Order: sequence, then C-alpha cells, then structure tokens
Amino acid sequence: MALELVGITKQVGGQTHIKETTLRLEPGHFNVLLGETGSGKTSLIKLMAGLDKAASGSIRMNGQDVTKLSTQKRNIALVHQFFVNYPHWTVFDNIASPLRVAGMAKSEIQGRVEEAADVLQLRPMLHRRPHELSGGQQQRCALARAIAKESNAVFLDEPLANLDYKLREELRDQLPDLFAGRGAVVVYATSEPEEALLLGGKTALMNDGRVTQFGDTADIYRNPMDIVSAQVFSDPPINTAQVRKVGSRAIFGSVDWELSGDAVGLTDGVYTVAVRANHVLPFKNDTAFVPVTGKVLVAELSGSQSSAHFNMGVENWVSLSNGVHPFSIGQEHGFYMDPDKCFFFGPDGKRAV
Amino acid sequence: MQKRHILPIVYILFLMLPIYWLIAMSFKTTGEILSGFSLFPQELTLDNYRVIFTDPTWYWGYFNSIAYVTINTVISITVALPAAYAFSRYRFLGDKQLFFWLLTNRMAPAAVFALPFFQLYSAVGLFDTYLAVALAHCLFNIPLSVWILEGFMGGVPKELDETAFVDGYSFPRFFATIFIPAIKSGVGVAAFFCFMFSWVELLLAKTLTAVAAKPIAATMTKTASSAGYELGLLAAAGTLTIIPGAIVIYFVRNYIAKGFAMGRV
Repeated sequence: MALELVGITKQVGGQTHIKETTLRLEPGHFNVLLGETGSGKTSLIKLMAGLDKAASGSIRMNGQDVTKLSTQKRNIALVHQFFVNYPHWTVFDNIASPLRVAGMAKSEIQGRVEEAADVLQLRPMLHRRPHELSGGQQQRCALARAIAKESNAVFLDEPLANLDYKLREELRDQLPDLFAGRGAVVVYATSEPEEALLLGGKTALMNDGRVTQFGDTADIYRNPMDIVSAQVFSDPPINTAQVRKVGSRAIFGSVDWELSGDAVGLTDGVYTVAVRANHVLPFKNDTAFVPVTGKVLVAELSGSQSSAHFNMGVENWVSLSNGVHPFSIGQEHGFYMDPDKCFFFGPDGKRAV
Repeated sequence: MQKRHILPIVYILFLMLPIYWLIAMSFKTTGEILSGFSLFPQELTLDNYRVIFTDPTWYWGYFNSIAYVTINTVISITVALPAAYAFSRYRFLGDKQLFFWLLTNRMAPAAVFALPFFQLYSAVGLFDTYLAVALAHCLFNIPLSVWILEGFMGGVPKELDETAFVDGYSFPRFFATIFIPAIKSGVGVAAFFCFMFSWVELLLAKTLTAVAAKPIAATMTKTASSAGYELGLLAAAGTLTIIPGAIVIYFVRNYIAKGFAMGRV
C-alpha cells in the first residue's frame, strides 16, 4: 500500500492552489505535511481524499489509479481540525457508522468499536452524545472512528490544533502507536515544526501550494534544500542575512568571520546565510563564538529557555538558549553565532553549502 | 404580587381580549350576541359547536383545509431541502441573485397571482382540488422555507459532509440519515411557517376552490344564512380554526426561539 501523487495540480477560479506536486507516501510511519496556514496542506489532503478534483495529474493507491474514484470508494479516513462527529448519534454509533455503511456484521462491529474505544479511553462514554463530551474526548471519538475502520489511508488535518496544551501533548504521544501496524498510509498536516520533529517519519514541507522538500523528518531538518524549506521548518523563524563571501571570509554589516569546511570552497559573491535561533546564543562558548551584536527588542523568558529578538541595523534576529538569561530591552547585547551551523543559499534560493 | 408584574399582566390581558371575546361568543346564542354587551355567556349553549360537528359543509371545511395545508407543507419542505443545501454548500453563477429572487416572490400580494392561477388551473383541470391550493401556496412557502433552511444549514460545518463522504456515505444516505437530523429544528421551524401561512391564507384558497376543496376560512365568510345572521356559529368556527395553529406552535416553540437566535425567522 502506497499513496502516490503524480503531477497533481489544483486551480480555483484561475488561482493556483496546488502547484505541480509529485509525492510518494508510504505506510509504517507518519507522513507529515508541514506548512503555515494557507500553504495548501488542507487542499492537498482534500485532493488525496477525493473531496476535490485535481486540475491535472493522477493519484494512485497501491498502484491503482484512483483519480476518478469517488471519496466513498477510496476507503479512507479523515480527522478534521474541528471536532466533527455526528451530533445526533452516541459515541458508539459514531464509531460504528463507517463500519455499518460498509455492511459489516453486527457482532464484528461491536468488537471493533469496543477495541477502538479502549485504545482511546472512550469506554465509559460510549452511550453519550458528542456534545456531552469535552473537546479532547470529542476529538478522540473522531480518531476512534478513523481507526475502527481499516482504511487504506488516514488523513489527520491538524487534529490537535484546537486542543489545549496538556491534551495536545498527551494525544500526540499516543498518535504514533494508534496507527502503528495498521498498514494505512498516515498523512498528518500541521503548522508546527516541533510537532513534525516529535512525530518523526517523513515530512513534506509546503509553501504557497508547493512541496518544497520531502524526506526523512530529521534529515530535512538538518539539510534544508533551499531557503524556503529552511524557513518553513524553523520555529522560531530562522535568522537570515545577505552576506558577502570574499576569499575565506564572510561579511555582513559589522559581522565578519573566518569560514571553515565546505563554505571556503564557494565562489566569491553574495549569499543568503541562515542560522537557527538555537545556534545564536547570548554568551560565548567553544562552538558559538562569532559576535553578532544587536539591540534587544523583545525578550521572552520561560522556565527553562530564554529567547530574545534583536536588531542588527538591517536584520532582525532571534536567539534561543537554555537557561534563564536577563536581557534589558532597548540595550545593546552581545550574541554569538555558531559558524558551523550556518546554511548558505545562492541567489536562486538553492542551498550552496 | 410584585409591582413589576402588573404591566406584563395588563399587556397579556389586552392581547388575550379578542380571543376571549371570540370564545365567549361561541358559547352564546346569536340573540344574546345581538342584544347588547355581556362579559360572560348568560345562557351557555353548545349548539354552535353541535352544528359544526354535524353539518358536512362545516366540518368538511376543516378537512379540506387540513388536507391542502398538509400537502403544501410536505411539498414545500421536500423541494426546499435540496434547494437550501445547494445555496448553503455550493457557489455557482448567480447564486446570490437567485436566492434574492426567490425571496422577492414574497413581496407581491397574493391577489396578483389569483387571476393567473385561476385561469391556469381551470385550463388544466386542477380547479377545486387540494393540489391546486397546495401548489399555489408553494409560491410563497418554498422561498420562505429555502431561506429558513439555508440559515440552519449554514450553521452545520461543511466538514460534517466531508466526514460522512469519507466514511462511505452516499449523498442521499448522508442527507437523509445525518444531515436532516442535524438541522431538524430548522425543518420544524420551516414546516411551522408553511403551515401557518397556508392555514390562514384566504384569497388564493377561496379563488381556486368551489365546493369539493372549499377551506374553512371560505366557509366562514358566508356570514348570513336563511336563518339570518349566525354570529355564534361563526365564533365557534373561528375558535376551532385557532386550535390547530395553537397546537403546532406548542410543539415548535423552542425551535422558533432557536430560529430567532440564528436571525432567520
């Protein structure tokens, strides 16, 4: 079982919502669609689910062309961001509904529903209606409906976005186990880079209706192919600057450092350098030693981490570090960048080093 | 009793006065009604009701009215449900204009349509049938129902439809077993308004019927008979005419409050 998109596009009223996309999604791990709101995650899911028609290209499931197949016949499951359940039915009937439509025997339905309810701790709620449940329970009911049905593909469209922090963590830890060993292709849309990293598997980065990079989650985090991918897969936003590379040195503003490694071999010229916030520290150490001084604009201190937004004349950068570090707003502060963690992108946005 | 209760009580009494007067009249003899002012029936009589329940021209009036009102409500809701779904779920060329045009059908008085309907129905042999009145009332009730139902459907997220299709529901099955139950209060409100309009409408009902389908309201317009004025009888007929409306309102009162909250009633 694999889900393949071949040259899929989608237009609405002359506007391109999905640019030509080719992807091969496989079972056994999470396939995360990561991108900000409006980047086309939901549009892509709707195309895969058959709720929208693609303008061109084809969709294959298990090698079979399903482009023209109706949603009903694709044997899939979908969980929305909003808690969608059938309001006039009990939790039991909600979970059982896709099985009943498929014409499954009553005794088997009973077993499947109870199994799904056990996994999602819904056993005591089986005879309540959705509106009598909390938000987390409602979403668990929707998830139970998705796992009770043995579908070819499961689409989770930001299923945790409307849950509170605590529930979100709890359910996110459970998610990989829920779908492990079911043989379905699991597609998970999210706008949070952290969530993609926690879920692992593979990630497709989306920006403006286009998949900019697809691969093993950890791998594409470490090796963004272009500047857009680096920006999509970074929270807080990745720090960028236009640098001039002259000989073995890189220069922007008052920052000037000696290059090492592959970057030395770049032809001289202008590049965009990008470095993640956690590689710009408010103190100097063995790895982070290139001084980037700026005026502190905003400082946020959480229990274990400190972040500071600072201005270096042209660029606004963010520093993220462990521990609590005091910053005085409006004052110059010395920050230190790790030169080995810098990505270099050429003028076309493609990764140079 | 507290002071703040006085005003509402006075107001309600004021509203109830004509209804009380009607009911009181229905238990009086015509002689007493014509003889002067009396707050209560001096000699209580059930003769007026006896006449209505025994004279076929009277009680058939009720049957006729109930028949075409029911047919009309069923047709209106059946037609309006898919129409409202289309307006609520799809964007198509001229959708907003069409929706507004539907509403404009309610802007013309019924008298405008009485003549064309009369001629048309006479020509096709529908004159003096239940269907004639039921269809004529659709002209007003379908737009109203579409408007009310569209409002309720707008409150149901589109994701519910998508979830059902993904779960394997065909469109008709989804519509009947999931969607309609989800907007059942809207169906109740729309049906109530169809019922009320059709029940009280006189002009079209009277124009399009003669004997076989003559509604109760038309029967009531014959104020004089060979025995002179029969005001008591008319009052009894009027009282009986209020009852079905009162029963329907009792059942849908909560839904109507919901409809008001959604701004569609």
